[in-house]
Amino acid sequence: MVKAIEKAGFPVVHICTVTPISMTVGANRIVPAVAIPHPLGDPNWDLEEERAIRRSLLKKAFHALTTEVEDQTIFED
Amino acid sequence: MSKIRIVHYINQFFAQKGGEEMAHIPAEKVAGKVGPGMALEEAFKGEAEIVATIICGDSYFNENLEKAQKEIIEMIKEEKPDMFIAGPAFNAGRYGVACGTIAEAVKNELNIPVLTGMYIENPGADMFKSKVYICPTKNSAAGMKDAVSKMAPLALKLAKGEAIGASCEDNYMPNGIRKNFFDVKRGSARAVDMLLAKLADKPFETEYPMPSFDRVAPHAAIKDLSKAKIAFVTSGGIVAKGNPDHIESSNASHFGKYCIEGINDFTPENSETAHGGYDPVYANADADRVIPLDVMREFVADGTVGALHEYYYSTVGNGTAVASAKKFGEAIAEDLKAAGVDGVILTST
Repeated sequence: MVKAIEKAGFPVVHICTVTPISMTVGANRIVPAVAIPHPLGDPNWDLEEERAIRRSLLKKAFHALTTEVEDQTIFED
Repeated sequence: MSKIRIVHYINQFFAQKGGEEMAHIPAEKVAGKVGPGMALEEAFKGEAEIVATIICGDSYFNENLEKAQKEIIEMIKEEKPDMFIAGPAFNAGRYGVACGTIAEAVKNELNIPVLTGMYIENPGADMFKSKVYICPTKNSAAGMKDAVSKMAPLALKLAKGEAIGASCEDNYMPNGIRKNFFDVKRGSARAVDMLLAKLADKPFETEYPMPSFDRVAPHAAIKDLSKAKIAFVTSGGIVAKGNPDHIESSNASHFGKYCIEGINDFTPENSETAHGGYDPVYANADADRVIPLDVMREFVADGTVGALHEYYYSTVGNGTAVASAKKFGEAIAEDLKAAGVDGVILTST
Protein backbone atom coordinates (compact mmCIF):
# COMPACT_ATOMS: atom_id res chain seq x y z
CA MET A 1 0.00 0.00 0.00
CA VAL A 2 2.83 2.40 0.89
CA LYS A 3 4.41 1.96 -2.52
CA ALA A 4 1.17 2.08 -4.51
CA ILE A 5 0.17 5.33 -2.80
CA GLU A 6 3.62 6.88 -3.17
CA LYS A 7 3.73 5.87 -6.82
CA ALA A 8 0.41 7.63 -7.41
CA GLY A 9 2.03 10.89 -6.32
CA PHE A 10 2.09 11.37 -2.54
CA PRO A 11 4.87 11.46 0.01
CA VAL A 12 4.07 8.66 2.48
CA VAL A 13 5.55 8.14 5.92
CA HIS A 14 5.29 4.60 7.25
CA ILE A 15 5.00 4.37 11.04
CA CYS A 16 5.66 0.78 12.06
CA THR A 17 7.42 -1.29 14.68
CA VAL A 18 9.26 -3.90 12.61
CA THR A 19 11.27 -1.52 10.43
CA PRO A 20 13.20 -4.29 8.60
CA ILE A 21 9.87 -5.38 7.06
CA SER A 22 9.15 -1.83 5.97
CA MET A 23 12.63 -1.62 4.41
CA THR A 24 12.06 -4.89 2.55
CA VAL A 25 8.65 -3.83 1.33
CA GLY A 26 10.14 -0.58 0.04
CA ALA A 27 8.84 2.32 2.13
CA ASN A 28 10.95 5.43 1.63
CA ARG A 29 10.19 7.37 4.81
CA ILE A 30 10.01 5.20 7.92
CA VAL A 31 9.37 6.13 11.55
CA PRO A 32 9.93 3.34 14.13
CA ALA A 33 6.94 2.80 16.42
CA VAL A 34 6.43 1.53 19.98
CA ALA A 35 5.17 -2.06 19.69
CA ILE A 36 3.26 -4.28 17.27
CA PRO A 37 -0.18 -4.27 18.98
CA HIS A 38 0.09 -0.56 19.94
CA PRO A 39 2.42 1.25 17.54
CA LEU A 40 1.42 4.73 18.72
CA GLY A 41 0.74 4.20 22.39
CA ASP A 42 1.75 2.25 25.43
CA PRO A 43 -0.87 0.82 27.79
CA ASN A 44 1.71 0.79 30.59
CA TRP A 45 1.44 4.57 30.80
CA ASP A 46 -1.49 6.80 31.60
CA LEU A 47 -3.41 8.60 28.86
CA GLU A 48 -1.49 11.87 29.04
CA GLU A 49 1.84 10.07 28.82
CA GLU A 50 0.57 8.02 25.89
CA ARG A 51 -0.46 11.21 24.15
CA ALA A 52 3.04 12.55 24.68
CA ILE A 53 4.37 9.42 22.92
CA ARG A 54 1.95 9.99 20.05
CA ARG A 55 2.89 13.67 19.75
CA SER A 56 6.55 12.80 19.58
CA LEU A 57 5.96 10.10 16.92
CA LEU A 58 3.76 12.43 14.85
CA LYS A 59 6.44 15.13 15.03
CA LYS A 60 8.91 12.61 13.62
CA ALA A 61 6.39 11.75 10.91
CA PHE A 62 5.98 15.46 10.06
CA HIS A 63 9.75 15.81 9.92
CA ALA A 64 9.90 12.81 7.56
CA LEU A 65 7.16 14.18 5.29
CA THR A 66 8.87 17.57 5.01
CA THR A 67 12.37 16.18 4.44
CA GLU A 68 13.62 15.41 0.94
CA VAL A 69 15.05 11.88 0.74
CA GLU A 70 16.84 10.17 -2.09
CA ASP A 71 16.76 6.69 -0.66
CA GLN A 72 14.95 4.67 1.99
CA THR A 73 15.38 6.53 5.27
CA ILE A 74 14.55 5.60 8.85
CA PHE A 75 13.82 8.69 10.93
CA GLU A 76 14.99 7.65 14.39
CA ASP A 77 14.79 11.11 15.94
CA MET B 1 25.93 -43.95 13.37
CA SER B 2 24.32 -41.80 16.01
CA LYS B 3 21.30 -39.75 15.07
CA ILE B 4 21.67 -36.21 13.78
CA ARG B 5 20.85 -33.77 16.59
CA ILE B 6 18.45 -31.02 15.57
CA VAL B 7 17.15 -28.01 17.49
CA HIS B 8 13.82 -26.69 16.22
CA TYR B 9 12.40 -23.16 16.57
CA ILE B 10 8.63 -22.49 16.57
CA ASN B 11 6.36 -19.64 17.68
CA GLN B 12 3.76 -19.51 20.44
CA PHE B 13 0.98 -20.49 18.06
CA PHE B 14 2.53 -23.70 16.76
CA ALA B 15 3.56 -24.59 20.32
CA GLN B 16 -0.14 -24.36 21.19
CA LYS B 17 0.61 -21.76 23.86
CA GLY B 18 -2.04 -19.49 22.41
CA GLY B 19 -2.63 -16.92 19.70
CA GLU B 20 -1.91 -13.23 19.65
CA GLU B 21 -2.57 -12.84 23.36
CA MET B 22 0.56 -14.96 23.91
CA ALA B 23 2.72 -13.36 21.19
CA HIS B 24 4.64 -11.44 23.86
CA ILE B 25 6.08 -14.54 25.59
CA PRO B 26 9.89 -14.68 25.80
CA ALA B 27 11.88 -17.59 24.43
CA GLU B 28 11.87 -20.86 26.31
CA LYS B 29 13.38 -24.25 25.61
CA VAL B 30 11.71 -27.59 26.03
CA ALA B 31 13.26 -31.02 25.56
CA GLY B 32 12.31 -32.98 22.47
CA LYS B 33 9.83 -32.19 19.74
CA VAL B 34 6.72 -30.00 19.86
CA GLY B 35 3.93 -29.44 17.32
CA PRO B 36 5.30 -29.40 13.75
CA GLY B 37 8.49 -31.04 15.06
CA MET B 38 6.57 -34.31 15.29
CA ALA B 39 5.86 -34.38 11.57
CA LEU B 40 9.44 -33.37 10.80
CA GLU B 41 10.92 -36.08 12.99
CA GLU B 42 8.66 -38.66 11.46
CA ALA B 43 9.89 -37.62 8.03
CA PHE B 44 13.52 -38.06 9.17
CA LYS B 45 12.74 -41.77 9.44
CA GLY B 46 15.11 -42.34 12.35
CA GLU B 47 18.08 -40.55 10.79
CA ALA B 48 17.68 -37.44 12.91
CA GLU B 49 15.99 -36.39 16.12
CA ILE B 50 14.77 -33.09 17.47
CA VAL B 51 16.60 -32.85 20.78
CA ALA B 52 15.07 -29.56 21.85
CA THR B 53 12.46 -27.04 20.74
CA ILE B 54 12.74 -23.29 21.25
CA ILE B 55 9.38 -21.57 21.62
CA CYS B 56 9.20 -17.81 21.32
CA GLY B 57 6.38 -15.31 20.92
CA ASP B 58 6.41 -13.53 17.55
CA SER B 59 6.00 -10.07 19.03
CA TYR B 60 8.64 -10.74 21.68
CA PHE B 61 11.17 -11.76 19.04
CA ASN B 62 10.50 -8.86 16.69
CA GLU B 63 10.31 -6.21 19.41
CA ASN B 64 13.50 -7.44 21.13
CA LEU B 65 15.50 -8.55 18.09
CA GLU B 66 19.01 -8.50 19.58
CA LYS B 67 18.10 -9.68 23.07
CA ALA B 68 15.95 -12.53 21.76
CA GLN B 69 18.65 -13.69 19.38
CA LYS B 70 21.25 -13.73 22.14
CA GLU B 71 19.00 -15.70 24.48
CA ILE B 72 18.06 -18.22 21.83
CA ILE B 73 21.62 -18.73 20.59
CA GLU B 74 22.65 -19.58 24.15
CA MET B 75 19.81 -22.10 24.46
CA ILE B 76 20.77 -23.74 21.19
CA LYS B 77 24.48 -23.83 21.99
CA GLU B 78 23.86 -25.94 25.10
CA GLU B 79 22.34 -28.68 22.96
CA LYS B 80 25.41 -29.03 20.72
CA PRO B 81 23.17 -29.67 17.70
CA ASP B 82 24.29 -30.70 14.22
CA MET B 83 21.52 -28.75 12.55
CA PHE B 84 18.97 -26.01 13.22
CA ILE B 85 15.47 -25.76 11.73
CA ALA B 86 13.05 -22.84 12.14
CA GLY B 87 9.37 -22.92 11.24
CA PRO B 88 7.84 -23.41 8.71
CA ALA B 89 6.25 -19.96 9.07
CA PHE B 90 3.89 -20.09 6.05
CA ASN B 91 2.55 -16.54 5.53
CA ALA B 92 2.91 -15.32 9.12
CA GLY B 93 5.03 -12.20 8.70
CA ARG B 94 6.57 -11.78 12.12
CA TYR B 95 7.13 -15.53 12.43
CA GLY B 96 8.86 -15.59 9.04
CA VAL B 97 11.11 -12.70 9.97
CA ALA B 98 11.90 -14.41 13.28
CA CYS B 99 12.72 -17.72 11.54
CA GLY B 100 15.00 -16.02 9.02
CA THR B 101 16.71 -13.86 11.61
CA ILE B 102 17.43 -16.66 14.05
CA ALA B 103 18.44 -19.10 11.31
CA GLU B 104 20.97 -16.63 9.95
CA ALA B 105 22.30 -15.90 13.44
CA VAL B 106 22.72 -19.60 14.22
CA LYS B 107 24.47 -20.19 10.90
CA ASN B 108 26.92 -17.35 11.54
CA GLU B 109 27.54 -17.85 15.25
CA LEU B 110 27.32 -21.61 15.74
CA ASN B 111 28.51 -22.56 12.29
CA ILE B 112 26.00 -25.36 11.74
CA PRO B 113 23.65 -25.84 8.78
CA VAL B 114 20.28 -24.15 9.11
CA LEU B 115 16.96 -24.38 7.29
CA THR B 116 13.64 -22.62 7.43
CA GLY B 117 10.46 -22.63 5.37
CA MET B 118 7.83 -20.02 4.50
CA TYR B 119 5.50 -18.69 1.82
CA ILE B 120 7.15 -16.72 -0.98
CA GLU B 121 5.26 -13.52 -0.06
CA ASN B 122 6.29 -13.70 3.60
CA PRO B 123 8.47 -10.61 4.20
CA GLY B 124 11.03 -12.93 5.78
CA ALA B 125 11.53 -14.62 2.40
CA ASP B 126 12.91 -11.58 0.62
CA MET B 127 14.96 -10.65 3.65
CA PHE B 128 16.67 -14.00 4.10
CA LYS B 129 16.47 -16.17 0.98
CA SER B 130 19.98 -15.22 -0.09
CA LYS B 131 21.35 -15.84 3.41
CA VAL B 132 19.85 -19.16 4.51
CA TYR B 133 18.11 -22.04 2.79
CA ILE B 134 14.35 -21.40 2.76
CA CYS B 135 11.90 -24.00 1.47
CA PRO B 136 8.93 -22.39 -0.26
CA THR B 137 5.68 -23.46 1.44
CA LYS B 138 1.99 -22.85 0.96
CA ASN B 139 0.50 -19.75 2.57
CA SER B 140 -1.22 -21.43 5.50
CA ALA B 141 -0.62 -24.18 8.00
CA ALA B 142 -2.89 -26.39 5.92
CA GLY B 143 0.26 -26.84 3.80
CA MET B 144 2.21 -28.43 6.66
CA LYS B 145 2.46 -31.82 5.00
CA ASP B 146 3.78 -30.29 1.80
CA ALA B 147 6.25 -28.14 3.78
CA VAL B 148 7.56 -31.11 5.75
CA SER B 149 7.98 -33.16 2.57
CA LYS B 150 10.31 -30.45 1.24
CA MET B 151 12.08 -29.47 4.43
CA ALA B 152 12.89 -32.88 5.89
CA PRO B 153 14.93 -34.24 2.93
CA LEU B 154 16.80 -30.96 2.50
CA ALA B 155 17.51 -30.80 6.24
CA LEU B 156 19.02 -34.29 6.17
CA LYS B 157 21.16 -33.42 3.15
CA LEU B 158 22.40 -30.25 4.80
CA ALA B 159 23.08 -31.99 8.11
CA LYS B 160 25.07 -34.74 6.39
CA GLY B 161 27.05 -32.21 4.41
CA GLU B 162 25.90 -33.62 1.09
CA ALA B 163 26.11 -31.52 -2.05
CA ILE B 164 23.02 -29.39 -2.52
CA GLY B 165 21.55 -29.28 -6.01
CA ALA B 166 19.91 -26.37 -7.77
CA SER B 167 16.95 -24.67 -6.06
CA CYS B 168 14.46 -26.46 -8.32
CA GLU B 169 15.98 -29.86 -7.48
CA ASP B 170 16.27 -29.52 -3.72
CA ASN B 171 13.21 -27.34 -3.12
CA TYR B 172 14.57 -24.10 -1.75
CA MET B 173 14.03 -20.51 -2.80
CA PRO B 174 16.60 -19.36 -5.37
CA ASN B 175 19.41 -17.81 -3.34
CA GLY B 176 21.39 -16.19 -6.09
CA ILE B 177 23.99 -18.97 -6.28
CA ARG B 178 24.23 -20.47 -9.73
CA LYS B 179 24.75 -24.20 -10.26
CA ASN B 180 26.52 -25.04 -13.51
CA PHE B 181 25.62 -28.16 -15.46
CA PHE B 182 25.88 -29.46 -19.00
CA ASP B 183 22.62 -29.64 -20.91
CA VAL B 184 22.19 -32.07 -23.78
CA LYS B 185 20.94 -29.27 -26.02
CA ARG B 186 23.05 -26.26 -26.78
CA GLY B 187 21.88 -22.75 -25.87
CA SER B 188 20.75 -21.71 -29.35
CA ALA B 189 18.53 -24.79 -29.67
CA ARG B 190 17.01 -24.17 -26.24
CA ALA B 191 16.35 -20.54 -27.12
CA VAL B 192 14.56 -21.51 -30.34
CA ASP B 193 12.51 -24.10 -28.41
CA MET B 194 11.45 -21.42 -25.98
CA LEU B 195 10.58 -19.00 -28.74
CA LEU B 196 8.47 -21.62 -30.53
CA ALA B 197 6.68 -22.43 -27.27
CA LYS B 198 6.04 -18.74 -26.66
CA LEU B 199 4.67 -18.21 -30.18
CA ALA B 200 2.38 -21.20 -29.72
CA ASP B 201 1.18 -19.86 -26.32
CA LYS B 202 2.65 -22.93 -24.66
CA PRO B 203 4.33 -22.81 -21.26
CA PHE B 204 8.10 -22.36 -21.15
CA GLU B 205 10.56 -21.52 -18.44
CA THR B 206 13.13 -18.81 -18.89
CA GLU B 207 16.69 -19.73 -17.96
CA TYR B 208 17.41 -16.20 -16.86
CA PRO B 209 14.57 -14.59 -14.93
CA MET B 210 14.89 -10.82 -14.69
CA PRO B 211 15.26 -9.57 -11.12
CA SER B 212 12.23 -7.60 -10.01
CA PHE B 213 13.38 -4.28 -8.58
CA ASP B 214 10.04 -3.32 -7.21
CA ARG B 215 10.99 0.07 -5.85
CA VAL B 216 9.22 3.38 -5.98
CA ALA B 217 11.28 6.57 -5.94
CA PRO B 218 10.58 8.81 -2.95
CA HIS B 219 8.05 11.51 -3.70
CA ALA B 220 9.11 15.11 -3.12
CA ALA B 221 8.68 16.33 0.46
CA ILE B 222 5.87 18.59 1.59
CA LYS B 223 7.07 22.20 1.42
CA ASP B 224 4.78 23.76 3.98
CA LEU B 225 3.04 21.42 6.39
CA SER B 226 0.88 24.23 7.75
CA LYS B 227 -0.84 24.43 4.37
CA ALA B 228 -0.91 20.71 3.68
CA LYS B 229 -3.80 18.28 3.93
CA ILE B 230 -2.75 14.99 5.51
CA ALA B 231 -4.59 11.66 5.39
CA PHE B 232 -4.38 8.61 7.61
CA VAL B 233 -4.16 5.12 6.14
CA THR B 234 -3.58 1.98 8.20
CA SER B 235 -2.99 -1.72 7.76
CA GLY B 236 -3.84 -2.13 11.44
CA GLY B 237 -7.50 -2.89 10.78
CA ILE B 238 -9.04 0.05 12.66
CA VAL B 239 -12.70 0.22 11.59
CA ALA B 240 -15.87 1.94 12.71
CA LYS B 241 -17.48 0.12 15.63
CA GLY B 242 -19.06 -3.13 14.53
CA ASN B 243 -16.86 -3.47 11.41
CA PRO B 244 -19.67 -2.37 9.03
CA ASP B 245 -17.68 -3.29 5.90
CA HIS B 246 -16.86 -6.76 7.23
CA ILE B 247 -13.12 -6.44 6.65
CA GLU B 248 -11.72 -9.93 7.08
CA SER B 249 -9.39 -10.59 10.03
CA SER B 250 -6.80 -12.08 7.69
CA ASN B 251 -6.12 -12.10 3.96
CA ALA B 252 -8.42 -9.07 3.56
CA SER B 253 -10.22 -8.76 0.25
CA HIS B 254 -11.02 -5.04 0.58
CA PHE B 255 -10.39 -1.86 2.54
CA GLY B 256 -12.77 0.45 4.37
CA LYS B 257 -13.19 4.23 4.25
CA TYR B 258 -14.41 5.85 7.45
CA CYS B 259 -15.52 9.42 8.10
CA ILE B 260 -13.86 11.09 11.09
CA GLU B 261 -15.42 14.49 10.67
CA GLY B 262 -16.41 15.67 14.14
CA ILE B 263 -14.55 12.83 15.86
CA ASN B 264 -11.67 14.12 17.97
CA ASP B 265 -10.77 10.95 19.80
CA PHE B 266 -11.17 7.23 19.16
CA THR B 267 -13.00 5.40 21.92
CA PRO B 268 -14.19 1.82 22.43
CA GLU B 269 -17.66 3.18 21.53
CA ASN B 270 -16.74 4.47 18.06
CA SER B 271 -14.00 2.17 16.82
CA GLU B 272 -12.36 -1.23 17.04
CA THR B 273 -9.85 -3.34 15.15
CA ALA B 274 -10.75 -6.09 12.72
CA HIS B 275 -7.16 -7.34 12.61
CA GLY B 276 -6.63 -10.99 13.50
CA GLY B 277 -2.85 -10.89 13.52
CA TYR B 278 -2.10 -9.07 16.77
CA ASP B 279 -3.57 -8.93 20.25
CA PRO B 280 -6.55 -6.56 19.72
CA VAL B 281 -6.99 -5.58 23.39
CA TYR B 282 -4.97 -2.33 23.20
CA ALA B 283 -6.40 -1.10 19.88
CA ASN B 284 -9.97 -1.92 20.90
CA ALA B 285 -9.51 0.03 24.13
CA ASP B 286 -8.06 3.05 22.31
CA ALA B 287 -7.62 3.06 18.53
CA ASP B 288 -5.56 6.26 18.82
CA ARG B 289 -2.76 3.81 19.58
CA VAL B 290 -2.91 2.78 15.90
CA ILE B 291 -4.24 5.96 14.24
CA PRO B 292 -3.12 8.95 16.33
CA LEU B 293 -6.29 10.96 15.75
CA ASP B 294 -6.45 12.63 19.16
CA VAL B 295 -3.06 14.32 18.95
CA MET B 296 -3.42 15.00 15.21
CA ARG B 297 -6.43 17.18 16.02
CA GLU B 298 -4.18 19.24 18.34
CA PHE B 299 -1.60 19.72 15.58
CA VAL B 300 -4.31 20.89 13.18
CA ALA B 301 -5.77 23.22 15.83
CA ASP B 302 -2.41 24.87 16.54
CA GLY B 303 -1.68 25.28 12.82
CA THR B 304 1.25 22.81 12.59
CA VAL B 305 -0.74 20.86 10.02
CA GLY B 306 -3.04 22.55 7.51
CA ALA B 307 -5.86 20.03 7.58
CA LEU B 308 -6.68 16.39 8.24
CA HIS B 309 -8.58 14.58 5.49
CA GLU B 310 -12.09 13.84 6.77
CA TYR B 311 -11.79 10.14 5.97
CA TYR B 312 -9.30 7.49 6.94
CA TYR B 313 -8.68 4.27 5.04
CA SER B 314 -8.08 0.93 6.65
CA THR B 315 -7.46 -2.67 5.84
CA VAL B 316 -6.12 -5.69 7.69
CA GLY B 317 -2.50 -6.38 6.84
CA ASN B 318 -2.42 -10.00 7.97
CA GLY B 319 -1.35 -12.55 5.40
CA THR B 320 -2.85 -10.17 2.85
CA ALA B 321 -1.70 -10.89 -0.70
CA VAL B 322 0.74 -8.38 -2.13
CA ALA B 323 -1.49 -8.04 -5.19
CA SER B 324 -4.45 -7.09 -2.97
CA ALA B 325 -2.42 -4.54 -1.01
CA LYS B 326 -1.28 -2.96 -4.28
CA LYS B 327 -4.84 -2.76 -5.54
CA PHE B 328 -6.03 -1.19 -2.25
CA GLY B 329 -3.19 1.33 -2.38
CA GLU B 330 -4.05 2.35 -5.93
CA ALA B 331 -7.75 2.77 -5.15
CA ILE B 332 -7.00 4.74 -1.98
CA ALA B 333 -4.60 6.99 -3.91
CA GLU B 334 -7.31 7.82 -6.47
CA ASP B 335 -9.59 8.89 -3.65
CA LEU B 336 -6.84 10.95 -1.99
CA LYS B 337 -6.15 12.75 -5.25
CA ALA B 338 -9.78 13.66 -5.68
CA ALA B 339 -9.79 15.02 -2.13
CA GLY B 340 -6.70 17.19 -2.66
CA VAL B 341 -4.56 15.40 -0.08
CA ASP B 342 -0.85 16.36 0.01
CA GLY B 343 0.70 13.65 2.15
CA VAL B 344 -0.06 10.36 3.86
CA ILE B 345 0.70 8.88 7.26
CA LEU B 346 0.40 5.10 7.01
CA THR B 347 0.53 3.15 10.24
CA SER B 348 1.16 -0.59 10.58
CA THR B 349 0.90 -2.97 13.48
